[in-house]
Amino acid sequence: MSTRLKSGGRLIDRSETLKFQWNDKWLRGHPGDTLASALLANDQTLVGRSFKYHRPRGIVASGVEEPNALVGLGKGAKFEPNQRATTAELFDGLIAESQNHWPSLEFDIGAVNALVPKLFPAGFYYKTFIHPRAFWKHVFEPVIRKAAGLGKAPKDRDADRYEHFYAFCDVLVVGGGVAGLNAALQAAKEGKRVLVLEQTPHWGGRSPVDGGTVDGKPVADWINDTVEALERMDNVRMRRRCMAAGIYDHGYVIGYERLTDHAPAKQGPRHRLWRIRAGHVVTATGAIERPLSFAGNDIPGVMLASAVRDYIVDYGVSPGDRVVVVTNNDDAYRTALAVREAGLVVPAIVDARPEANGALPQAARAAGIMVKTGTGIAKVQGGKRVTGVELCAQAGEGATLETLPCDAIAMSGGWSPVVHLWSHTGGKLTWDAERAFFAPDPSRAPVGHDGAPSVSVVGAAAGDLTLPAILDGAEAPEETPLRPVWMMPEGASADKRLKMWLDYQNDVKVSDVQLAAQEGYESVEHTKRYTTLGMATDQGKLSNINGLAVLSDALGQPIPQTGTTTFRPPYTPISMGAIAGEARGEIFQPLRRTPIHSRHEAAGAHWEPVGHWRRPYCFPKAGESHRDAVNREINATRSGVGLLDASTLGKILVKGPDAGQFMDMLYTNMMSSLKPGKCRYGLMCSENGFLMDDGVVVRLDDDTFLAHTTTGGADRIHAHMEEWLQTEWWDWKVYTANVTEQWAQIGVVGPKARAVLEKLGGMDVSAETLPFMTYAEGTLGGFDARVFRISFSGELSFEIAVPASQGLAFWDALAEAGAEFGITPYGTEALHVMRAEKGFIMIGDETDGTVIPQDLGLDWAISKKKDDYIGKRAQERSHMTDPERWKLVGLETLDGSVLPDGSYAVADGTNANGQGAVQGRVTSTYYSPTLGRGIAMGLVLHGPDRMDEEIAFNTVSGGTVKAKIVNAVFYDPEGEKQNV
Amino acid sequence: MLLLTCPNCGVAAEETELAPGGEAHLKRVGPGSEDADFEGYLFLRKNPKGVHFERWRHANGCGKWFHAARCTVTLEVFGTYSAQTTEPPKDILLKIDDKRPGWRG
Repeated sequence: MSTRLKSGGRLIDRSETLKFQWNDKWLRGHPGDTLASALLANDQTLVGRSFKYHRPRGIVASGVEEPNALVGLGKGAKFEPNQRATTAELFDGLIAESQNHWPSLEFDIGAVNALVPKLFPAGFYYKTFIHPRAFWKHVFEPVIRKAAGLGKAPKDRDADRYEHFYAFCDVLVVGGGVAGLNAALQAAKEGKRVLVLEQTPHWGGRSPVDGGTVDGKPVADWINDTVEALERMDNVRMRRRCMAAGIYDHGYVIGYERLTDHAPAKQGPRHRLWRIRAGHVVTATGAIERPLSFAGNDIPGVMLASAVRDYIVDYGVSPGDRVVVVTNNDDAYRTALAVREAGLVVPAIVDARPEANGALPQAARAAGIMVKTGTGIAKVQGGKRVTGVELCAQAGEGATLETLPCDAIAMSGGWSPVVHLWSHTGGKLTWDAERAFFAPDPSRAPVGHDGAPSVSVVGAAAGDLTLPAILDGAEAPEETPLRPVWMMPEGASADKRLKMWLDYQNDVKVSDVQLAAQEGYESVEHTKRYTTLGMATDQGKLSNINGLAVLSDALGQPIPQTGTTTFRPPYTPISMGAIAGEARGEIFQPLRRTPIHSRHEAAGAHWEPVGHWRRPYCFPKAGESHRDAVNREINATRSGVGLLDASTLGKILVKGPDAGQFMDMLYTNMMSSLKPGKCRYGLMCSENGFLMDDGVVVRLDDDTFLAHTTTGGADRIHAHMEEWLQTEWWDWKVYTANVTEQWAQIGVVGPKARAVLEKLGGMDVSAETLPFMTYAEGTLGGFDARVFRISFSGELSFEIAVPASQGLAFWDALAEAGAEFGITPYGTEALHVMRAEKGFIMIGDETDGTVIPQDLGLDWAISKKKDDYIGKRAQERSHMTDPERWKLVGLETLDGSVLPDGSYAVADGTNANGQGAVQGRVTSTYYSPTLGRGIAMGLVLHGPDRMDEEIAFNTVSGGTVKAKIVNAVFYDPEGEKQNV
Repeated sequence: MLLLTCPNCGVAAEETELAPGGEAHLKRVGPGSEDADFEGYLFLRKNPKGVHFERWRHANGCGKWFHAARCTVTLEVFGTYSAQTTEPPKDILLKIDDKRPGWRG
């Protein structure tokens, strides 16, 4: 059994006891423990169930590479699934639960899957659940989703706070082990701004556990001295519990700092996302030990050799009384020595190599530990925990030579440098055949914007696995070469290979990878997807090299030819909260408010988001539905006078001696001929010919145009203008300015509009002085006003712009002056309905990026006299002039109902895909209170030539509804009402 | 996240400040042109593995367009220069010759 030793544990404080909850059971640990070490101290060797087979799983590792001990932490709004027990620091009151089991961890129904492991071979899902088709959605998927998977998603809104943090440095050192600290010190001494990130709470990495000396003193002393020296330097910043999650182009690095996970009572944000720009990045990310592939290597109690000695040395926790060490290298002998030093038993060191005579094996033998060379594990005995191990000749097929009782197995298949970060940004790897790992190739480093290497690697991450290789003056026992072992024993039979796990987290075995190769999956990337090897949070930390080796062997090719899968950020999962940072709730995105916003709010406006703007959709009165409110607003406007906040409308000034020439290129119409003081409706197309925006252009003076754009289009159109001016016609003397927010604009609309303005007084707004489609500047009721006689409703209408600072007061003045005329504020929906009643198009409704002005019957707004405008050449293409293009018409249902939005008009026959043919579609559809019936606009094949014809439109419920093709102008077709 | 120095305002701008504009030095073709020429201008773009001249706008900065010469493989930036030109400046071309001999072929 695993238990707490009576002494030892360099990281824990035995003077204090912490209580924590594990699956509703209260257990005890010490400050400095991880959840994993505390669980082991309480003999909780079983910590989860595997992904597919629901096999019992125990703790394998002691760090971020842990594949099995994924737990749910916290409760309610603080719950977080899939957290590694090995990196979760213990605190008093911690709540943890195991995952992926039903009904309980100890007894799991899903474990029947494991009785027939042939049931779930590689590609099982793809092969099995194909027919019958309907079964997938209703039977297979729900069952599989319930059975497979890891933790549950939290249900409550996250109660914690997160933040983003920007940082800049000359040198970023990732990893606070010996190599990282040394690199930081060198850079700091050169006067560079240095930032050091260490993902754990401790400096020094593995060295204090693995031992060695620097200049005759224990390596721990060197670590302390160096950290102290760095902390004293002003040009150095150091952060623990902060992981570099990913390295991106040109020295951009994301850091992930966990601030309060270990101390929930601490104030401030829980996680901090560091957005770092580094002149140069040094990765000192160390190495990860590889498991060995032998039958039963997933039974709880089988651990990495390094983890076993970590738990003993760091936490004073014994993973078992009798620990068999199985290895192909010298390093694992350290574990045997550590176990022995803790007073526990090592029944044998099982070494797959024919001989082991290095300094560490000699020391083990001297300590009286039996070393069995040329030997492997035939099979692990046990179910929910290891009970013994059967040994065999490594070179054979696995006949059992002897059986040793034991309760833990420490395995080591050698070490793999952590090359993830190097690879994230394009660093290449080379295969080191002698030491059996991929290491960064410094000659093929990622480069920065200047073409110089932007990342370098030091320490174990670079393949320097021993202390003397990293640090001058360091000494440690010399290690003899390992022997690559990808399967144990070499000639293992099929039934053994079915029990050799490569990827614990995704339940991928040696047999699965071999099957994939047999089925023709030769690319490592394909094999990864097919078998799920190295997917999910593991990202190949434990499984990668072993899986590649098995695949290479099955394909009969060397490992470098197989290559690795792509390493992708983040190195280990980071919280969604950290990614979102402060951007949640009210400050999720910037909100744009018009100068009159507060008045709308007080009037109880129902808001509609338009880009980043909020516009009133309608102003419902107490007890009034939105639809009733819209109808009331329309009726009041058409019969009296309405008030519209049009401030969001885009307003772009185009100024300069060549402004007219430029406007002629931007718009399909002739704009240079517009007289000062006059307004003209214009269309703007993309170079591809498609209609992209519309609006009224006003010529303020000879040199100056004011271009109105749609609300959502202001920034985009301004950018469009600038692009052409800066990159095509840069010799033209034209300047543009987006003045949208400098003006508040209010529409006074309806037959009584003039009366309201006359009551305000100050300007002559008579039809004679200010006729339709003209503009005048003056003073209205004391406000500095630009008055435009333009109409988007078909009524007598004045759009009046005043400086933004006067907007609110002007709105109030209009409301007051209009009170006696029943002036009624209206929102965007009334605006939409009224424009549709008039057959005016709306960008985004009648257009969708595939519609040209000619489709909409807007040929009158396309100049025939101009040689060129943006989009003209495109509109000459055969497809654009095709008479079969659908054209805009009005639509009236026979029964007066409102056509469904986006509905298609059905036609006889089928199309090339065998689907029902169509002959048109609805682009805008509303209930018109003015006409007392549904009205719509739509694009219909040969539409304008088919007036009064009836066609059928699909409805949502499955039937069709008949509509008559009519003129799109439903209201006041002669335009008499707007021109008074 | 690329870093490009805006030649207009001099800021070493991060990609979040920039908006990409595709291939540089296209020649506009208007009404009266052949279909094939217009297709080439509007749709056909180089997608080289290596040296590429491209348009960028310092959108969340000074707002100006500029050109960048960049390697699409290593992301090395050979230089940035004014948008008001029809071809890359000589000094940048020489620099590319030096760093990527034979790239013109």
